[in-house]
Amino acid sequence: TMKGSIMGVLLVLALVVQDRLAGGLELKSYDYTKYHTMDEISAWMNQMEMENPDVVSSMIYGQTYEKRNIALLKIGLNSTTPKKAIWMDCGIHAREWIAPAFCQYFVKEILGSYKTDSEVNTLLKNLDFYITPVLNMDGYNYSWIDSTTRLWRKSRTPGTGNCTCVGTDLNRNFYANWGMVGISRNCCSEIYNGPSALSEPEAKAVTDFLGMHQNQLLCYLTIHSYGQLILVPYGHPNISAPNYDELMEVGLAAAKAIKAVHGKSYRVGSSPDVLYANSGSSRDFARLIGIPYSFTFELRDEGQHGFILPEDQIQPTCEEAYKGAMSIINYVHDKNFKSAAITVTATLWTTLTALWISSTNVI
Amino acid sequence: MKTFCSVWLLLSLVELSPAPPASQEPPLACTGAPDPAPPQPETAEDMASTGDLEPTHYPARRAAQVALHYLNTHHGSPFRVFGLQQVHKASAEDVAAGGRKYKLDFSVTDWGSGSAGPALRCSADVLFPRTERHSAPKVELHCEALQQINSTAQEDDAFYQKYISPDSTVSARDIPDSFGNMSEEMQPFWRLARVAASFIMLRESSENTEFNMAKVASITQQESSEEQLMLEFVVLLHDFPSQVTHKHTHRLWTLMDTEAVCVLTVCVCSAGDRSVEAAGVLVSRQRRQGPADRVAAQMPSRHQTPELTL
Repeated sequence: TMKGSIMGVLLVLALVVQDRLAGGLELKSYDYTKYHTMDEISAWMNQMEMENPDVVSSMIYGQTYEKRNIALLKIGLNSTTPKKAIWMDCGIHAREWIAPAFCQYFVKEILGSYKTDSEVNTLLKNLDFYITPVLNMDGYNYSWIDSTTRLWRKSRTPGTGNCTCVGTDLNRNFYANWGMVGISRNCCSEIYNGPSALSEPEAKAVTDFLGMHQNQLLCYLTIHSYGQLILVPYGHPNISAPNYDELMEVGLAAAKAIKAVHGKSYRVGSSPDVLYANSGSSRDFARLIGIPYSFTFELRDEGQHGFILPEDQIQPTCEEAYKGAMSIINYVHDKNFKSAAITVTATLWTTLTALWISSTNVI
Repeated sequence: MKTFCSVWLLLSLVELSPAPPASQEPPLACTGAPDPAPPQPETAEDMASTGDLEPTHYPARRAAQVALHYLNTHHGSPFRVFGLQQVHKASAEDVAAGGRKYKLDFSVTDWGSGSAGPALRCSADVLFPRTERHSAPKVELHCEALQQINSTAQEDDAFYQKYISPDSTVSARDIPDSFGNMSEEMQPFWRLARVAASFIMLRESSENTEFNMAKVASITQQESSEEQLMLEFVVLLHDFPSQVTHKHTHRLWTLMDTEAVCVLTVCVCSAGDRSVEAAGVLVSRQRRQGPADRVAAQMPSRHQTPELTL
């Protein structure tokens, strides 16, 4: 009967659904247009690794003050030879929630397109991506407690000595002209650079990883908000990176790519020029140890919402930032791998020409 | 229908103190805590930028933001807040009396209409004085076509009519919430808080600060005599160079005024002293006609400074 066959169909469907759930295949998909808690992001990282075992592996490279494991996702196609790499970190400052949202979006984009998009495929073939969705996990978690903690910025290490305030500005704590400018020695300050350089385990973890991989790393991207800026080294007004002109060119091209998406203007320059002087930043450290292409992204907006960017702006912000980041990454890739492609193409033409000549019996 | 004064703004109980980020102190009267010193100048180099300025660099932008705060104190409303779109040209020179004067050519947009809205072209002179103690920058501003943009008078009036009733007891916290959400009903209150905050941001600005309003911590409608809307705002103001979010409490009055002239007074709590003194700029604001960026020094006699209980 009709009813019987409908029931039969429904029963089969129910069993299939149950089987898929039991098999661990997630039917509900992750919402990249919402802000996520630290626990959700950690679970998402595991999911990315499980769902894409051939290109994703995770690495724990340190521990936060509150003993959380600092983890990154390493994304790239397997290779028998050591590969060059790109580093990206998000969430050095806890209240800049759009930054971790961007790291998650970036991962989703490259994982979702590398099989079909030849440009992304080439990137994953030639490069590894080391992506840390939330570096300041303690601070990020703290900013989720309630509305009074939402604007927390620093780490959560307790003050030393007489100081009763909590936290060090991780982006002033790196061994890069530490303590010279744009910092405060008052431990209650938002730009307190810590009792000493690398006092913070989060900064030490990044330092150690970058140090170990400095010959591999071509590009260092650190994602912040707000301000709509692309910042090039260095934070000290009297020091210029040797490749400053090139960095500006690359940064301006990235800003152009960003503007093409939704019309947003991102200003490009060194921190002391476009924002304020500072020292001890992770970007400066990366450049100092020789990673040639080091940039800070300050995402939306320009002050209307500031740190509390509405969720309906996550998607467009991520779309434009993705184009900006990819503009830089493609430049870096082509600079290091284009010559190989030219060699291959030249060889091909030579071979074809030789074949043609021999086939037409010209000689 | 009586004409509403758009804003009779009394900024009182202003407390400039870096808020301990984790705690939420209840909105208070002057506690007598001294104002902290304004942020220290960064380096000698920063103070030396004179002549033509790079429009995308921070000295021009900070000066333009000051002009924006000034613009919003004169033309902001529950339905209009201006934001900086772009600085076109800028220059700075040291002035004889001490201080630095910036000349700016820039465009602004109404945040309400977003990128779809028209951009207004403005020019401004912004003078940052050099005094022992911080004093507010002085702004002269002219924007083209300011009178031609659609007036928000109707929406302003409807807003005030709605909330002026004696039964109205608006009270809200965290505008927006942690996810950036804000109900439609709260949007005019947020804008009003932002306009009121512009008075503080204007007054506190220097070449070494760059302020934005991070959020509204609370809005509480105060009891008042009829035909008066009195709101108390607690806002958090973010400063870029220091990265501090300062907490401020201020009160805003609107009055029915048949002359359509508003008087705005800034009252500041003195350090260590629980009295309130009238200080700052008295601004006469003609909401419906005439160039609105006219500054009047006199206080109309029929508006008495209300007694403030602390």
